[in-house]
Amino acid sequence: MSEKKNLLQKLADGQIWKSIFRGGGVPRSRRQRMMVVLNSVFLHLHPVRLPKHAVKLKFTWCMGGLSFFIFLILTISGILLMFYYRPTIEYAYTDMMDLTEQVPFGIMREIHRWGAHAMVITVWLHMFRVFMTGSYKPPREFNWAIGVILLVLTLLLSFTGYLLPWDQLAIWAIAVGSNMAGATPLLGAEGPGSALLAIGDINFITKVSDARFGLIGGRFLGEATLLRFYVLHCIGLPFIIMIFMAVHFWRIRKDGGISTPV
Amino acid sequence: MPDNKKTATITPSGPAPAALNIADTGSEVSRRSFFSWLSLGWLAFVAATGGFFTMMLRFFFPNVLFEPVQTFRAGYPDDYTVGEVDLRWKVKYGVWMVRNDEGIYALSTTCTHLGCTPNWQPTAKKFKCPCHGSGFRITGIHFEGPAPRPLERFKITLADDGQIIIDKNTKYQQEKGQWTDPEAFLKV
Repeated sequence: MSEKKNLLQKLADGQIWKSIFRGGGVPRSRRQRMMVVLNSVFLHLHPVRLPKHAVKLKFTWCMGGLSFFIFLILTISGILLMFYYRPTIEYAYTDMMDLTEQVPFGIMREIHRWGAHAMVITVWLHMFRVFMTGSYKPPREFNWAIGVILLVLTLLLSFTGYLLPWDQLAIWAIAVGSNMAGATPLLGAEGPGSALLAIGDINFITKVSDARFGLIGGRFLGEATLLRFYVLHCIGLPFIIMIFMAVHFWRIRKDGGISTPV
Repeated sequence: MPDNKKTATITPSGPAPAALNIADTGSEVSRRSFFSWLSLGWLAFVAATGGFFTMMLRFFFPNVLFEPVQTFRAGYPDDYTVGEVDLRWKVKYGVWMVRNDEGIYALSTTCTHLGCTPNWQPTAKKFKCPCHGSGFRITGIHFEGPAPRPLERFKITLADDGQIIIDKNTKYQQEKGQWTDPEAFLKV
């Protein structure tokens, strides 16, 4: 080490720096560099070192990484949209139009919309790549199952977001989707076996207690449906998907890193 | 940090910790009572968790619904022209009023395929669904597209003042032979 420390080195060896970055100081050895990753709450999910072949674009397509990148874009643009959008029948559509046409950088709505489409595509392609490279095999089979849950959650986020513009496309898409929920076996009022869940004459699965009702919050699409989908889309599903994403990323590292034979 | 592994290992040999010795003498918490309390604790935890999840599930099924009324007065029979489909209640209540030579019936505007609203096409004399192309005759009978059954009809009665009352809570389905029921059709 040189006798004369420059400003950057002084800063890096100072108390403020050391208190923020555990392990302290500027990493000067391989070991210290490793500790920087291990000691950071954000970085520790990521592997400390990556084999060169594992990050070949030809092999991974970077589809998992892209899915996460798009998820971040969707989170940020989605939070911005929430500053203008009101989830009521009276305002939803006009707020969406206002966002598109009057709000500066209203392209935020298009970014969110196209990002949502893109994320569904990248998640599918990621699954396809993992399948084709056999990366679902033990010890990665648990992470494959987590991945399937993440796919379902992505599709549910897509489905709940579909209703929010409250235009004709949205309403009829959800009309179709929720009627399908009404045809759920056992739990849908119009599905097969719904009459089985009954005690005597009291039927537990009716129009006001079946899967469709739980989804749309009423017997018909309306105010309750819009609010229910809004809360699920903005809070409920993102909260759940983030937990599963954390497990997914952590397991990639624990199960031998990305696309490395184990 | 480098000594992580050493500190994490508990060596099985050596003297037992003081807490275990106390349990052996039976003066404080015996092994038996510890397991009793443990199972009681687990039972309480499982019950509380189960109870909370039941509450969460029930929470999503409210007792009072703030939805549009399902019964409405549809005016007098003379307001409707014979042989025509009346669209005045389509948007507000989702009902087509149809009058023929014998009387009046109230058709549901919900397509029996997947729940969209078909359009009445006067020249083609049919209800055509924009979603997947199902077609229904003026009677409500399906004849083209994916719709599996005819449109539903609502309960139609006359009030004391001579006005028509439509009750959407009661439906009549042709395939169940309910269209001949007395209140599925209003004789005029």
